[in-house]
Amino acid sequence: MAIRVDTSVIANLTIDSTTDAVVIDGVSKIFKKPRPLWRRRNKDGADKREIRAVDDVNLTVKRREIVGILGANGSGKSTLIRILSTLLLPDTGHVTIFGYDVEKDERKVQELINRVSVEASFFKKLSPMENLIYAARLYNMPGAEAREKIVSILTRLGIKPDRIKSPMENMSRGMQQKVAIARAFLTAPILLLLDEPTTGLDPRSKIDVQAFINELRDVHDATILITTHDMDEAEALCDRVAIIDQGRIVALGSVDDLKRHITGLMGRAESATMQEVFMYYTASRLVTEEDIKRYGSWEKAFEAIEAQREEEDK
Amino acid sequence: MSSFMHQGRATYAFFERNWNMTRRYLGWEVVWLVYNVVNAMSVTFIGASASLITGTKINTSLLILYLLIGTSVWTYLSVSFDGVTDIVNLEHWEGTIEHTFMAPISRFTHMIGSCGYAIVHGMLFTFLQLVIVAAFFHLNLGQTNYLTAFFMLVIGSVSFIGFGIAASVLPLLYTEKGMQMSFIVRSVLLLVSGVYYPISVLPAWMQPLARISPATYVLEGLRAAILRNQVIWSPEIWSYTWPLIITGAVSVPLGVFIFHLAERYAKRTGKLKRNG
Repeated sequence: MAIRVDTSVIANLTIDSTTDAVVIDGVSKIFKKPRPLWRRRNKDGADKREIRAVDDVNLTVKRREIVGILGANGSGKSTLIRILSTLLLPDTGHVTIFGYDVEKDERKVQELINRVSVEASFFKKLSPMENLIYAARLYNMPGAEAREKIVSILTRLGIKPDRIKSPMENMSRGMQQKVAIARAFLTAPILLLLDEPTTGLDPRSKIDVQAFINELRDVHDATILITTHDMDEAEALCDRVAIIDQGRIVALGSVDDLKRHITGLMGRAESATMQEVFMYYTASRLVTEEDIKRYGSWEKAFEAIEAQREEEDK
Repeated sequence: MSSFMHQGRATYAFFERNWNMTRRYLGWEVVWLVYNVVNAMSVTFIGASASLITGTKINTSLLILYLLIGTSVWTYLSVSFDGVTDIVNLEHWEGTIEHTFMAPISRFTHMIGSCGYAIVHGMLFTFLQLVIVAAFFHLNLGQTNYLTAFFMLVIGSVSFIGFGIAASVLPLLYTEKGMQMSFIVRSVLLLVSGVYYPISVLPAWMQPLARISPATYVLEGLRAAILRNQVIWSPEIWSYTWPLIITGAVSVPLGVFIFHLAERYAKRTGKLKRNG
C-alpha cells in the first residue's frame, strides 16, 4: 500500500528543484566536559576536556539519494544527525537543507524533515494511536486524516490492530521502534533522518522497513540519510555510503566503488566485503604495502595495527 | 491563515496529550488530591482551634475562611506551576524532548498549549479540593462575590504562567536536579505571598519580595471578594488588579525570552539529548 504525501505542512515553502537536498559545509561540533578541580592539564598542554564529536565534515546529498553513514559507537553519527535535525547548533560551518539554513531558517527546516532516533522515545503510558495523533497534530495534520494513516502505516509495519490502542509500555523494544518509524513516515517528510532505525528489529521487520524506505524515495521523492551498523542494510539501501571515524568522514562513495578500492588495496581477486571496507577505513592508521610485506597479509597487518591501538589506549 | 490553523492544531495537541496523560496517571492524581486535601484540612483546623489554643474569643469562621482561601490558592499555584514546568520535566522524563523540540511549531505555541492545560487542570483540581475540605467546616459565604473571585484567579493565572515558564528552564539546564530546583521558586512564593498570614507580619526586608509576587495580590483580591463582597470595579480590587496586569505583562514575555535563551544554550551544549 503506497503512502500518500501530505503536502499541507510544506505548502508555504518554496523548494528549488535544482538545489541539493543537504549541504554540510565545514561543520564541527565540540563538547566540553567539566574538568575536576584537582586534575592538572596533560604534560603536552592539551586540554582533554574537549571532545570533537564532529570534525570539519563536508557532505552533499542530492535529492532522492539514500546516503548511509557508517561509523563505530561514538564516531559522531548521531551528533551529525542531531545537527541536521535542528537539535544541536554547529560550532563551525553551515548546514542547509533544500537551501534553508538549519540555524537561521529553523522552522522551515523542521517542516521538511523528520527523524527516527535509535531510542524509541514515547509517552509510555499512552497508546501508539495517542502518541502518533499528538505527533501528527504538531505537523499540522487533522485528527481524522491522522487516524486513518496511523492505522494504515502501523498495520503495514506489522502492528496488530488490538495493540494500536494499548499503552506503549506493553510493547517490546522492536515494536516500539516500529511505531517510531511510523511516526516519522506519517508526515511523509522530504528529508528523512534515520538514526539506526532497524536496531532491535527482527529480520522480517527489517525488510519491511527497508521496503518502506525505498518506497518513500521512489514514490514520494524523499531524500534519506541513514546511520547504521548493519553493513548488509547499507549495501541493500544506500546509493552512497560515508564512513565516519572520530568525527571525520574518512571515506565517501558508492558501495561498489568502496569495495573495489579496498579489494585493489588488499590485492585479492575476491571482492572485499563492506565489513572489510569499514574495518579498513576505521583502523587507527591505514594499512600500507610495507605493513602487508611485514606481516604477510592485509588481514594480519590490520590485526596487528588494531592490537597496537588497544595497547596505546590503555 | 494556514499558519494560524497549524499553531492552533499544535496547541490542541499539547492539551489533548496532557489530558491523556492525566487519565493514564489517574491513580497519581488521586494520591495527590488526598495529600492536598489532608494538607488543607490540617492548616484550616488551626483556624478552627485558634480560640482553644489562645484561650481568647476569636472570629473562628473568618479565620477558617481566611486559611481556606490560602490553602486553595496555594494548591492552585502548585498544581499549575507543576503543569507549566512539565513543558520540560515531562519530556525529559519520557525521553521525548528531542521529538517535541524538533517539531515545526513556535515555542510560544508549545507554551500556550501546555500552560492552558495547566490552568484548567489546576482550577478543576483546586475546586475538587475545596468542595471536599469545605464539607468539614461550616462556611459562611454570605459575603462572597463569586464573579470577583473568579476574575482575580484568572488574571493572576497569567502571572503564574510567566513565573512558571521562567522556572521551567531549570530542568532544561540541569537535567538531573532541575525539577527540584524549581521547588525553590515555589517555596519562596509560599513564604512571602501571605498564603497563611498577612504580609505585614513579615520582616521589613521581605516586604519588597511580597510586593513582586503575583500570589500576594491574588490572595488579597480573593479575600476581599470572599470575605468582604468587593466588586470587580471597586478601588480595593483595582489596587490588586493593576499590579497583576503589570506582572503578567512583564513576566510572560520575560519568561518566554529566558526560555528561548536557555533553549539556545541547551542546543549549543547538547543538553536536549539527556533524559532525566
